[in-house]
Amino acid sequence: MSHPALAQIFVDDKPRAQWHDKALWFVRQKRDRMASGVPEWEDLRQHASEIKQHTMSLLPDYLEMFEKNATARGVKVHWAADAEEHNRIVTEILQQHQVKKLVKSKSMLTEECHLNPYLEKHGIEVVDTDLGEWIVQLRDEPPSHIVLPAIHLKKEDVGDTFHEHIGTEKGASDPKYLTEAARNTLRQRFCAADAGLTGVNFAIAETGGFVVCTNEGNADLGVSLPKLHIASMGIEKLLPRASDLAVFLRLLARSATGQPITTYSSHFHGPREGSELHVVLLDNGRSEILKSPEFRRSLSCIRCGACMNTCPVYRRSGGHSYESTVPGPIGSILTPLKDPEAHSSLPFACSLCGSCTDVCPVKIDLHHQLFAMRSFLDRKKLLGMPKKLSMKFASGLMSSKWVFSGAGKAARTALRWLPRFAVYNPLNPWGKQRDLPDAPKDSFRAQYAAYQKDQAEKKSRPSSGAGGPS
Amino acid sequence: MATVKVLEHFGIDHTFPAAQTCCGQPMANSGCMLEAKPLALRFVEIFKKYQYIVAPSGSCVAMVRNHYTSFFDKNDVEANEVRRRTYELSEFLTQVLKVDSFDGRFPHKVGMHQSCHGLRDLRLGPSSEVMTQRPETVTELLRNLDGISFSQLQRPDECCGFGGTFAVAEEAVSCMMGDDRINDHLNAGTEVLTAGDMSCLMHLEGLIKRQKHNIRVMHFAEILAESIK
Repeated sequence: MSHPALAQIFVDDKPRAQWHDKALWFVRQKRDRMASGVPEWEDLRQHASEIKQHTMSLLPDYLEMFEKNATARGVKVHWAADAEEHNRIVTEILQQHQVKKLVKSKSMLTEECHLNPYLEKHGIEVVDTDLGEWIVQLRDEPPSHIVLPAIHLKKEDVGDTFHEHIGTEKGASDPKYLTEAARNTLRQRFCAADAGLTGVNFAIAETGGFVVCTNEGNADLGVSLPKLHIASMGIEKLLPRASDLAVFLRLLARSATGQPITTYSSHFHGPREGSELHVVLLDNGRSEILKSPEFRRSLSCIRCGACMNTCPVYRRSGGHSYESTVPGPIGSILTPLKDPEAHSSLPFACSLCGSCTDVCPVKIDLHHQLFAMRSFLDRKKLLGMPKKLSMKFASGLMSSKWVFSGAGKAARTALRWLPRFAVYNPLNPWGKQRDLPDAPKDSFRAQYAAYQKDQAEKKSRPSSGAGGPS
Repeated sequence: MATVKVLEHFGIDHTFPAAQTCCGQPMANSGCMLEAKPLALRFVEIFKKYQYIVAPSGSCVAMVRNHYTSFFDKNDVEANEVRRRTYELSEFLTQVLKVDSFDGRFPHKVGMHQSCHGLRDLRLGPSSEVMTQRPETVTELLRNLDGISFSQLQRPDECCGFGGTFAVAEEAVSCMMGDDRINDHLNAGTEVLTAGDMSCLMHLEGLIKRQKHNIRVMHFAEILAESIK
């Protein structure tokens, strides 16, 4: 389904849509408070943006540097061109270690690759250990947000899910009770796991190390007990120097959830003794984006989710309406770039308000990219005939003053004389909830001409005094 | 005609070139750059002989200033001059004419709607996301009017949901966004809702009229024009 159709369904449940909007606005306000507490906030954003653009301009070199330094620390580095290859590499590593049970901390990259169903097909049990992501896994739903995967659910929904899957009391919705139950169940999963898989927030070229940020400590627990840790990362997650972390760790959590820093920022520099550490570097379309001057900057994204929290459309249509692993403004760029045909409505799920651009910690020009994405779709002939024809028609109309003013006159006359049902009908989506403006008798063009004529006459008869326009 | 009255109040010699039609924003925002281009060329041709080009609409100015680069060579002197000399009305008054207060009377509680293109593309005020302080051009013009007061909103600069063809293509979300803005104004006691863009106001007024709320909708130029009566 297209975004407007799914958004309509979301908005039809008005109280829930309002609740969703307020929940995310609350996160946005927390972010504002945190950002305003850092006097150099705008400098940090600028700095982060420049570091990312520099890194992207030299990405192949930095990737090789990372590979060399990580390998020297005993990390096994793998390269995956696409999702299929990523999943195959991960499965082979797990099979070599006879892994039957895998615990995963939150990784949008494995969502992007649809790793869970792939592993299950190969007889490997996967448990998502981030609380929100585990909830949506139990419900067999995709995450609706990249940082808050279960933000579309109320505590009562979570209570129902837990009652069904882990036997909590029916109707229980106390968050403390539910998290305690989740904690006890997940603790057993951690202890039983043969391997842990994490995402990567930042990888450092000069050290060959990487950082994983979580609030629940689930990444640490998941990779500290088993003897095998696999980290999957997109190739754009790289930073040149360890000192660059000082910029990004300050921006990430403040932008994401309005915290000064994530509870856990875990640094990994090679395997523990007697264990193995593998890093899988995934391209999956990223180097194609890197080639595009128009959309390159979308690769600077650090997946904080701030553009989702601030987006007035996302807040009122929910993450699932985007049918995309990464929803919201950044997803409406990344996803149509990969599959324009299936996602051509996403760049139009946007009023071009620009709030995303202003909130972005790495200053991606999101709303300008969404604007550019629309003509990208036009060049691919994916706009849809009604849109294209109406714009061709309007452009033709406006290329001549006479045709334009004639059409204006016709419309004003029609609006004044037509009966209400002829203007407000199912063919006019404007009029479903909104009135049209009252049509003035004369256009501004005519009013201005009459006024100028009047002024000129007054000038030729100075005794009558000067009057202003009414 | 309110804009004409305001410009005359400051003794500006003005004209409305009758050949003008549209800057091409609706086409460009829909992705139809080929259809927008003839209108952009036409705009530059018509307006190149004027010292200043002033529009009571931030989004049209944002189109000319920020997006005309796609249609012209970057060294095209005429196009660059037109882009440089095109101003939104409140921007022209406060930054070119250096107006810092406006004498007049407007004894009403005014709710400011920050039109997104003016706010975030032209930087006519501080956006709540960015931690840089900036003067707010429309409020600067209105604040010294006799009897005026301003509504305190919960969300001072959230989008109204117009967004051009977005208003029709995403009708459900668009109207919910508009309703949320209007409720914020109702709760804050707004008597007169104002903005720097007619398109936002047309959308909001359409909802207000349908729901029969007691809020008057005026462009800020209309407030200025009425206040000097």
